[in-house]
Amino acid sequence: MEGIYAFCVGLMTACGIFLTLRGRTFSVVVGLTLLSYAVNLFLFASGRLKLDAAAVLGMSEEYGDPLPQALVLTAIVIGFAMTAFAVILAMRARADLGNDHVDGRIPQTKESARQKAGGQR
Amino acid sequence: MQHLSILPILLPLITGALLLLPPLSKNIKRQRIATLLSMFAQVVVGFALVTHVQTEGVTQYILGDWRPPFGIVLVADSMSTVMVAVTNFLAFGALCYATGSYDRAGGYFYPLFMFQVMGINGAFLTGDAFNLFVFFEILLIASYALLVHGGGKQKTQATVHYVILNLAGSSVFLFGLGILYGTLGTLNIADMAQKVSELDGSVVILTKIGALMLLVVFGMKSAMLPLHFWLPKTYSSASAPVAAIFAVMTKVGIYSILRIHGVVFGDEAGELAHIAQSWLWPLALMTIVVGTIGVLASPSLKLVTANLVVLSAGTLLVCAALQNEAATSAALYYMIHSTLVAGGMFLLADLIGRQRGKAEDRFVMAKAMDNPVFLAIFFSIAAVAVIGMPPFSGFIGKIMILQSVQSATEQMWVWPIVLLSSLGSLIALSRAGTTLFWRYSTNKQSNEDSQPIHLGEWLGIVLLLSASPILALFAGPLTELTNEAAAYLFNPSLSVDALLTAPLSKGGF
Repeated sequence: MEGIYAFCVGLMTACGIFLTLRGRTFSVVVGLTLLSYAVNLFLFASGRLKLDAAAVLGMSEEYGDPLPQALVLTAIVIGFAMTAFAVILAMRARADLGNDHVDGRIPQTKESARQKAGGQR
Repeated sequence: MQHLSILPILLPLITGALLLLPPLSKNIKRQRIATLLSMFAQVVVGFALVTHVQTEGVTQYILGDWRPPFGIVLVADSMSTVMVAVTNFLAFGALCYATGSYDRAGGYFYPLFMFQVMGINGAFLTGDAFNLFVFFEILLIASYALLVHGGGKQKTQATVHYVILNLAGSSVFLFGLGILYGTLGTLNIADMAQKVSELDGSVVILTKIGALMLLVVFGMKSAMLPLHFWLPKTYSSASAPVAAIFAVMTKVGIYSILRIHGVVFGDEAGELAHIAQSWLWPLALMTIVVGTIGVLASPSLKLVTANLVVLSAGTLLVCAALQNEAATSAALYYMIHSTLVAGGMFLLADLIGRQRGKAEDRFVMAKAMDNPVFLAIFFSIAAVAVIGMPPFSGFIGKIMILQSVQSATEQMWVWPIVLLSSLGSLIALSRAGTTLFWRYSTNKQSNEDSQPIHLGEWLGIVLLLSASPILALFAGPLTELTNEAAAYLFNPSLSVDALLTAPLSKGGF
């Protein structure tokens, strides 16, 4: 269980970082969302992974740690609000700056020009 | 008096919420009066809290009466209360300035500003690492909205960078906290400090990773070298009162480094003692160098001020790297000084820029200012203070920092860099002053729009910049206060053990 869990968190973090490093705001926002999902899973695991362990007294032999669940809940709420803000900001930037690049201007290289032409086709 | 230590969080929260409700929400004048009254009350509360801690000792506010280390606590000690008082004073000055014109540039200025103050105060007061994260997010989301407040291309672009960077930073923060909770089993800062020394085996390395991830986040907030690129652009494109309150945000990062990496991973941390130091040393010194280069290369007064913030962050990080009592005391004094002066300088830069027509605050020839005498006097006060020349507070702060450097090798590195950075800012600011005040086109254009400075703007600048001479005048009692705060921080029997009144149960889970 731990192996699969760790692999999933790692993969999601890697995808998140990759997407965050992209040049356009949409992929950056998706990347940040993935990162926050990975963080939530990671926080959840910081209380150790256990089966059949309720976080309520008197329900099971072993007890799970209730604190990470509270932390994850807080982190989800905050992450959700921040993502919503980032999406709105990205739309505002698209309107104000005329393109959806994070830097606010289309990079002027031959390669990017070709890519752009390919994207429009 | 029992609830005094939560008031700096509750007052702005309630004020901010009330400002969104009917009798105040639609009327900018009522909003102004309500916010200024509330902010004045907060300044009073801030100073009352400082004196309260001086007379009664450290107060721990246990929310919901859940005993530490299990519940959430607010810790009001000398250091946190001084920073809260400084924040509230700075916010009051910035709000006075905002009454001039900036509060009408868009909606919800005052509520957002209140939430910003709440987040900053909370980050200073909290005694719990996860709550530190929560308050960071509160101050960040308010700062996102304030940064883009008023609109415009430049602001939007700066905000996009700032938001994305800080969202990534929040993820790193949570990863770090997750690791630390997984290894230490607690998030109460005092309890963490106790648990760290008991670690052994592979857990030590994990904890080290977690702690250094936190250093990355705090470094980003405080504009440490490779993570400072966002700062000059963000601060210079923000509107003046917003930039002024942002001046304290880098200090939140440095304060957190002093708290987490100074206390939790300090002398008593066993294998993990001083883990941040080997990173902080070179980065802090290079931050000063880069800040100085930035100051010298800046084409406008706002950018100069923003780079001065980087420079002061570097100076403060040197104090954090020194990790001794004298350095922490010096850091606290310098933090008060640099926060207020940088805030005042942002306001001044904006006012100068508005009076110079199209040239704004860029260092080019422009039309003469309407109120050159007032602006020049306060510019010279700010410049002298920020460079660190006598007689103002910057001089005392820098002397304290230089004195706190003890060993010869450390002196060899710190002294020349700090002193040369002062020289650099001296050159940059004297060049700025001569261009701004002495090089203007002589053909007097029609002087029809020569108007006196708005009372609020005048008050904001005078309040913030007169703090520097006052800080120098009362340097004696103030350094006693900062010495005491540093001594408290470096005495684990006071700053750690005393906060954990309940006997510790074994393990966190």
